[in-house]
Amino acid sequence: MTARAESFVRLDQVTRAFPGGGGVSDLSITIPRGSFTVLLGPSGCGKSTTLRLIAGLETPDQGRIEIDGREVTALAPSARGLSVVFQSYALFPHLSVAENIVFGLKVRRVPKVERTRKLKEALALTGLEGLDDRKPAELSGGQRQRVALARAIVADHPLCLMDEPLSNLDAKLRHGVRQEIRALQRRLGMTVIYVTHDQTEAMGMADHVILMRAGRIEQQGAPVALYEEPATAFAASFIGTPPMTLVPAAAVSILAPAGYVQERLTAGVRSEAVRLLPTGVGPLPATVVASEFLGAETFVYLRLAGGETLTARIPGRAEPVPGAAVSVRWPEEATHWFDCETGRRIAIPHMAEGS
Amino acid sequence: MPRSRALDPIAQRQRRLHALYGWMLLTPALLLLTLFAFLPAAATLWGSFFSRGTPRRPAVFNGLENYADLFADPTFWTVIGNTLLYAAVTIPVSIALALLMALWADGRMPLRGFVRGAYFTPTVLPMVAAANLWLFFYTPGLGVIDAFTGLFGLPPVNWLGQPQTALWAVIVVTVWKEAGFFMIFYLAALQTIPPDLREAARVEGAGRFTYLRRVLLPLLMPTTAFIFINALINSVKLIDQLFILTKGGPNNATKLALYWVWEMAFSYFDRPHAAAMTVLLLLVLGVVAILHFTVFDKRIHYR
Repeated sequence: MTARAESFVRLDQVTRAFPGGGGVSDLSITIPRGSFTVLLGPSGCGKSTTLRLIAGLETPDQGRIEIDGREVTALAPSARGLSVVFQSYALFPHLSVAENIVFGLKVRRVPKVERTRKLKEALALTGLEGLDDRKPAELSGGQRQRVALARAIVADHPLCLMDEPLSNLDAKLRHGVRQEIRALQRRLGMTVIYVTHDQTEAMGMADHVILMRAGRIEQQGAPVALYEEPATAFAASFIGTPPMTLVPAAAVSILAPAGYVQERLTAGVRSEAVRLLPTGVGPLPATVVASEFLGAETFVYLRLAGGETLTARIPGRAEPVPGAAVSVRWPEEATHWFDCETGRRIAIPHMAEGS
Repeated sequence: MPRSRALDPIAQRQRRLHALYGWMLLTPALLLLTLFAFLPAAATLWGSFFSRGTPRRPAVFNGLENYADLFADPTFWTVIGNTLLYAAVTIPVSIALALLMALWADGRMPLRGFVRGAYFTPTVLPMVAAANLWLFFYTPGLGVIDAFTGLFGLPPVNWLGQPQTALWAVIVVTVWKEAGFFMIFYLAALQTIPPDLREAARVEGAGRFTYLRRVLLPLLMPTTAFIFINALINSVKLIDQLFILTKGGPNNATKLALYWVWEMAFSYFDRPHAAAMTVLLLLVLGVVAILHFTVFDKRIHYR
C-alpha cells in the first residue's frame, strides 16, 4: 500500500545548525498529501527541529521548504496554512476553552457566525461539548489535549503538525487518544506530521515513518518495512518491543552470508524468532537472567556464553528459573546481518526469496 | 453561645487545640502590627479630635474642628491637587515605562545583563542620593539639562524654581526612580510565561501587538495589580526627594500630602492637624484597598 499520492510537504537539502549542537543537516523529505507521517528518533536527533522548520518557527540556514507546491522557506508560520499541536499544548491560561479554540479565527477576523459554527464542529469532533466555558486549569490532562487538537482543526488547515502531543498523558489514556487522533486525521483528510520518540506510537499510527538520528534520516518507510527490514543496526535496535537483539556474528554459530567475513558482521534477531530449548539441543548455550510475564507472552532475558544478552519472546507462560541453563535456536532466515562498522544492513538473497 | 449539637469532649479538645495553634501562628505578626501600625493609627485618630495643647493650656476635645480647619485651608486643596496630579501621572507612566523596559530587556540582545542592571540602578540608589543627582541635573545654567539645551541656544530654565515646572520635575525623578523597580517584577513575570504561548499565537496569525494585547497583558495582570498598589502607596509615601529638591515650594507647588503632614507635625508642631490629615489619608487608602480586593481582583486571572 505504497501511497501514490502527490507530495504535499517537501524539504530540499535543508540544514539548520545550533551553536550548542543538534539541528538537522542536508535533510530532504517528501511527505504525501493526506498521509500520517511520523518523525521518530531519540531526543536530540533533530525531529522537533524538522517540525519547527516546517512550521516556520525556525528558519533554515540552507535549503528550501515547500508546502502544497508553494515555496514557504521564508514565510511566517501563519502564512503557511498549517496548525500546530504543542507538546505542552500551549493553551492560553486566561482564556476559556471556546476562546482558546477560536483564538486564531478571531485574529484572522473570521465573522462571528462562522466562528460559532466552526467552534461547534470542533467541539463535537473532539468530544468537548459542554466544556466551552472552562479555563484550561479546570480541565484534566486529556481534556486539555483535546482543546489543543480542537484549536488545530478548527481552521480547516490541510496540514497539522504535532510535537509529541501525547507525552504529557498517562500511559492508559495515551493508547486511546492515539486511535482518536488517527481517526480524526482520516475523517478530515488532513496531512499530519507527528513527532515522537516513542516507537510504539510511531508503529501504531503512521502510514510513513521517518526514523532520524543525529540530524539525518536513518531510514524511512512503512512501519512494517522498518520492522522487517531495518536498514541499519540503529534502526533495528530502536524499533520493536523489545528491540532487535544484536550480537557480534562471531558469537553465533550461524554462518555469515557468502562473501562476508564473520568477524566483521553483527547478527540481529527479533525476539519472537528465538526458540528456547533444553541444554544441548539448540546450537547456542545460554543462561536465563530473568523473565517478564506479560499475559499473552513472556519475555525471557538470556545471557549467551560470550556475555551477550538476548531476549526471547515466548507465547503464553514460560517457567524458566533465573540461572537455569538452556539453549537457543532461531531459523537461519530470521537472522539480520549488519556491517559492524557502518551499521548498514547486508542484503541476503534468500530473504528476498523467502518472503 | 448557640450550639446546634453538643460536641463530644475529644472533638472539642481538638478544636480548642487547633484554635490555640492558629493564634500561636498569628501572634508574632499581630504583636508587631499592633505595636507599630494599629496602636499608632488609633492614637492618631484619637489625637485628631483634640486641640493643640500648650504647657499652659492643655489639649481639649474639640470634635471634628481640626478637620473643618483643614477643609477651610486653601493649602489643603493645593496639596490634594498636587497629590492627585502626582499620583495620576507617576502611577501610569512608571507602570507603562516598566512594562516597555521589561519587554525590551526580556528579548534576546547583546549586553542583556548590562541593560537590565542599568535599568535597575535607580532602585538601588537611595532616594536622597538620587534627588541630589537630579538636583545637579536641574541646576539652572550649570546643570546637565541646561548644558544640553544650551547647545541648541535655548535659555536656561529653573526647573525646580518655578511653580509651573516644579511638580513635573519632581514627577520625572519619581518615575525615573520607580520604573526600574517595577520593571524587575514585570521581567520576573515575563519569564514565567512559557515561550510556547508566543509560538502558538504566531502560528495562529497573531502579530506582536495582538499577542501583547490578547495574551501578554492579561497574563501580566496579577503583576500589574501588584505594581499598581505599590505605585499608589509610593505616590503617597515617597516624599524623600522633596526634602532635597524643593521643600514643597515654590509657593506650595510641590507640596504632597505626606510632606505636608510632616511639615505640620515637625516644623510647626501642629500635631492635631497633622493627625487629622493622616486620618484622611488612611481613609482614602483604605477605600482604595477595599475596592481593589472586592472589585478589581475578580477580573484578574491568577494562575
